[in-house]
Amino acid sequence: MSKRILTMFMIIFVIFLYAPTLLLPIFAFNDSSIIAFPLSGFTFDWFKSLGAADELRKAAGTSLIIATSSSIIATMLALLATSATVRYKFPGKGAMIGTIMLPMFLPEIIIGVSLLTVVLLAGLKLSIYTIIMGHVLICTPFCIAILRSSFQQLDPSLEEASLDLGESRATTFRRVTLPLIMPSVISSLLIGFTISLDEFVIAFFLSGTEPTLPVYIWSQLRFPQRIPSVMALGTLLLILSVVLLTLSELLRRRSARRLGQTSTSGAL
Amino acid sequence: MMKRLQLDSDARRGLSQISLPFAFSVLLLAAPLTILLAMSFWTQDFLTLDRTFTLANFKEAWTSPVYRTLMLRSLKISIIVTVLTVGLAYPAAYYMSFVAPNNRKALLVFLITIPFWTSYLMRIFLWKVILGFNGVVNGSLMGLGIIDAPLDWISYNQFAVVLTLSHAWLPFAVLPIFVVMEKVNRSYLEAAQDLGDTPFQRFLRITLPLSMPGVVAATLIVFIPTIGDYVTPRLVGGPDGLMIANMIEIQFKNANNAPLGAALALSALVLVSSVAGIFVWLNRRYLKAEGAA
Repeated sequence: MSKRILTMFMIIFVIFLYAPTLLLPIFAFNDSSIIAFPLSGFTFDWFKSLGAADELRKAAGTSLIIATSSSIIATMLALLATSATVRYKFPGKGAMIGTIMLPMFLPEIIIGVSLLTVVLLAGLKLSIYTIIMGHVLICTPFCIAILRSSFQQLDPSLEEASLDLGESRATTFRRVTLPLIMPSVISSLLIGFTISLDEFVIAFFLSGTEPTLPVYIWSQLRFPQRIPSVMALGTLLLILSVVLLTLSELLRRRSARRLGQTSTSGAL
Repeated sequence: MMKRLQLDSDARRGLSQISLPFAFSVLLLAAPLTILLAMSFWTQDFLTLDRTFTLANFKEAWTSPVYRTLMLRSLKISIIVTVLTVGLAYPAAYYMSFVAPNNRKALLVFLITIPFWTSYLMRIFLWKVILGFNGVVNGSLMGLGIIDAPLDWISYNQFAVVLTLSHAWLPFAVLPIFVVMEKVNRSYLEAAQDLGDTPFQRFLRITLPLSMPGVVAATLIVFIPTIGDYVTPRLVGGPDGLMIANMIEIQFKNANNAPLGAALALSALVLVSSVAGIFVWLNRRYLKAEGAA
């Protein structure tokens, strides 16, 4: 009885979670500049209009550069932080990892304005570099969360074996550790990329003359006649995010399987 | 002796590995926050910054009716949103952990995670599309001849802000609760059943106290960032639904008064952290009373 109520609740919950998102593709293909039901017809015009927008292409380029750089830097920092916290005991560990994870719990506007204050005081110019710094800061905690479980499952005897056989630490990392955790590393890169590509508030505070994609979208939202094109762009971004996330999830599962297998064969 | 040497070299290796990401956080988070704090004690004098120490910004942030209204409204909205999201997320997480068959769990987690990561800006904007004067609800109802004029109570007010923010943060609340529920030892429940507890008693005496850490994590993850939300009030809030983040932006950009903006930002952070602290403390007392901590 209560199970049936909970199941009903869960179905409604998932529908509520997804319903607004489903409007995106519906109105992106709707042949009317007014966003309302009933639908008036099917069209590709809104997608075609995106191809003609130069500013959009520039913003997409900027976002691509920022998301790629942020995800790579954040993943490298996360690899170092995770390796240190999972394997070693050292003084100040809790405080250090706490500081690194803090952006996960801070309002983004606080990160945005504090970096903006530094830029203003130092007389620096706002540029894509300032956005990359902000994005690395917020991506790193999520990358650590992804990498942590695969470091925890990693069988230390494999690395010890490599060290005993005379390999250096760097070679051991490159030839033993990295291949074993590779799926989570890629998963971490994809998550970092997705977060940075989507992030608005920090980019809004820290962007100079080159807007990112979300900042560009924000500037378009003021014009009612651009809304259908924004819906088309949103649809494309939604598809991109879903593809990246699905890839990331598949890799994460593969990583869990791979590490699981090595540890059982190790036990045997 | 050997062991201590070993530990020391381990500690050194750990420290050398964490030094780079830690330095990055100090340089780009701790230092800027400190500078923001310093900024809040200074005064903007047109284009120059007067660096004599003053509490005037904080005084203005806490006593001026405009800022106080915005601050309290932001706090009120965050509290309502947190109660709603955690309240709705709890049964969802319960279903995922205790009712759903094991082979469905991974799929459910993935289903909940997808909206978690897909364009925040677009998700908020879609609510404006749904609720706005020419939006889906009004446009469709008017098109069908059910209403003559747009419903004005569904948009550009605090109700719209609460609805939109709750929807945006729901997935963030489900996952921490689910993760903790998964760790609840099922044999406790069986033991309670064997000893004659009803399902409801079992829930109250075992599942609820043991899943509280997840509720606390979910509360903090939703509550603290929500007070600083900028996009939602701007898109669906109207003049009546603006929040403190919008004022912080105005101070930093249009009003060119970064010190006051800094004082507002830090005040909001302190306010929300204190409320979160009180909540964590109350929860600890509850768990102690239940004997679970």
